[in-house]
Amino acid sequence: MDAGTDNVAIRVRGLVVGFGRQVVLDRLDLDVRRGEILGFVGASGSGKSVLMRTIIGLLPKRSGTIQVAGMNRDTATLEEIRAIGRHWGILFQQGALFSSLTVRQNVQFPMRENLVISQRLMDEMAMAKLEMVGLSPDDAEKFPSQLSGGMTKRVALARALALDPEILFLDEPTSGLDPISGGEFDSLIKTLQRTLGFTVFMVTHDLDSLHTVCDRIAVLADGKIVVVGPMSAVLASEHPWVKAYFRGKRTRVHAAMPN
Amino acid sequence: MSASSETAGTRLPSLTGTLSEGRLRLIASGPWISVHAETLERQVEAVAADIAKAGKTTIDIEAVDELDTLGAWLLERTIRAGSGAGREAAFAELPQRYRGLLEEVTQVNRRPAAEVQKPNALIDALERIGRATAQFRDSAQTFLEMLGALSAAVVRVLLNPRRFRLTSAVYQLFRVGWQAVPIIVLITFLIGCIISQQGFFHFRKFGADAYVVDMLGILFLREIGVLIVAIMVAGRSGSSYTAELGSMKMREEIDALRTMGFDPVEVLVLPRVIALVIALPLLTFIGSMAALYGGGLVAWFYGDMNPSIFIARLHEAVSVTSFKVGMIKAPFMALVIGVVAASEGLKVKGSAESLGLQTTTSVVKSIFLVIVLDGLFAMFFASIGW
Repeated sequence: MDAGTDNVAIRVRGLVVGFGRQVVLDRLDLDVRRGEILGFVGASGSGKSVLMRTIIGLLPKRSGTIQVAGMNRDTATLEEIRAIGRHWGILFQQGALFSSLTVRQNVQFPMRENLVISQRLMDEMAMAKLEMVGLSPDDAEKFPSQLSGGMTKRVALARALALDPEILFLDEPTSGLDPISGGEFDSLIKTLQRTLGFTVFMVTHDLDSLHTVCDRIAVLADGKIVVVGPMSAVLASEHPWVKAYFRGKRTRVHAAMPN
Repeated sequence: MSASSETAGTRLPSLTGTLSEGRLRLIASGPWISVHAETLERQVEAVAADIAKAGKTTIDIEAVDELDTLGAWLLERTIRAGSGAGREAAFAELPQRYRGLLEEVTQVNRRPAAEVQKPNALIDALERIGRATAQFRDSAQTFLEMLGALSAAVVRVLLNPRRFRLTSAVYQLFRVGWQAVPIIVLITFLIGCIISQQGFFHFRKFGADAYVVDMLGILFLREIGVLIVAIMVAGRSGSSYTAELGSMKMREEIDALRTMGFDPVEVLVLPRVIALVIALPLLTFIGSMAALYGGGLVAWFYGDMNPSIFIARLHEAVSVTSFKVGMIKAPFMALVIGVVAASEGLKVKGSAESLGLQTTTSVVKSIFLVIVLDGLFAMFFASIGW
């Protein structure tokens, strides 16, 4: 893109978000680098989804600046704000597929709205995206209500990738999937990210995802980022919540083998 | 919409070819990305004729400075068009930066999706008639099933009155009864005014002013009052029952109740239907009174009929029978509305569209059945001479 020298895809500075008297994010700073997969963790209710929804503009902020793909929502024109939809793709937790459209139409929706494109090419592109996320062409005419949880996520991913976005936001991509499907989904994201070269901002709870696909991990606690860096840096952190989460009983990866 | 709004001034992608002795050399350059989809498609179409003629095609993509899935697929499509049947097509060189993406797209669109067969029009029409007929039977069946389940729930509750959800029923009565009063009063009042005015206007021509009161009294107490109120309640409360139960079904709340050993009909439907059965006669009474009041006001100010004369005429014209006919119908209409609303609500499937569809069906069906029921009652009361 135009901001070629800038190596940061998402830049958040001094962000404050709150509801009523409650302050959820308190002067939060975060950089997401271009082309990396950033895993974002935090306790339930700590404001992970709030941060993601604020970055994509679904929630208002009290103060601070957010720059996404070179655009600052406060200074951007209406036209630029509309155009940003082409530069990011968002995978919502429940998929958020349009229930009245088929799988193919769901994937084509962003193309139809944003591109001048023939129906033939759009059909081919939809099929290509569906195959890239590991679905079969036979699934294209199904409706979202006929899909399993894993397939819903894959279709939602295909729709998020419909316009080859620069940044992909994932809200708990593996929640509701069994560990094997979750692992497959993780490696799918990794493969696609290598092929297409987009930046991934992934909100997750899944330690396996954090270990296997994330380049860097940011931990949110008390409304701030308490540690950000590769897994080794996070494991070295002395923050009590981070310790409990990454070095607690549930961390099978580093747990001793049972006798 | 112009795709180049933000990339104004940048280069457009291009694909140019030179054909000599059956060898085609294509040179692709510029940004091969989806914002330029329109230009790209045109460029690829333009060389299609040359590709068809060429025995050997090479594509040079060294000058392509951006590539996304759409661009990669168009290149792949060009390669596929140029190969097969003894002809060959390939990239002159595969730059490292695009290799992963181009290899990825060689995998896709290999197998066409299973063809959806288009049936012929006649069979299609017959199928639709058949389905509609079966649907009619099915909806009659669901209606009867819900009525049966409701009766069973009533019996269970009568045997063990402590099972009855009184709080829920009272709350529903508040919603469908008390909160509906203002709008019902307003609308029936206005309709009373209108019918009274029309009555005076037309009856005056042959000096039958006095009979407007007879018309108003009999019409409202016997027929229109209950019908208008029932239709309004179907639209106002029946639809909300369907939407409520439907979204509970969508969010698996109904399943949760069932697994805890509760009967959803007893817990959710029965209190709602009972609230309707109590509310509708009351609303009918209030509505009829409001209509007569409106009619009386118009008679006074527009028809120059003194209120005392209006009341005296009303007293003569209307018998208790007319009133009873109207009031007897009300609870049955309430039952029909409640049963339809509940059975449609429980038919909702996973999607938002299905919720909308069932809510519409619920309102249309209950209004239709209310009118059919009114017709049946008319025949019944005629035959017993009321």
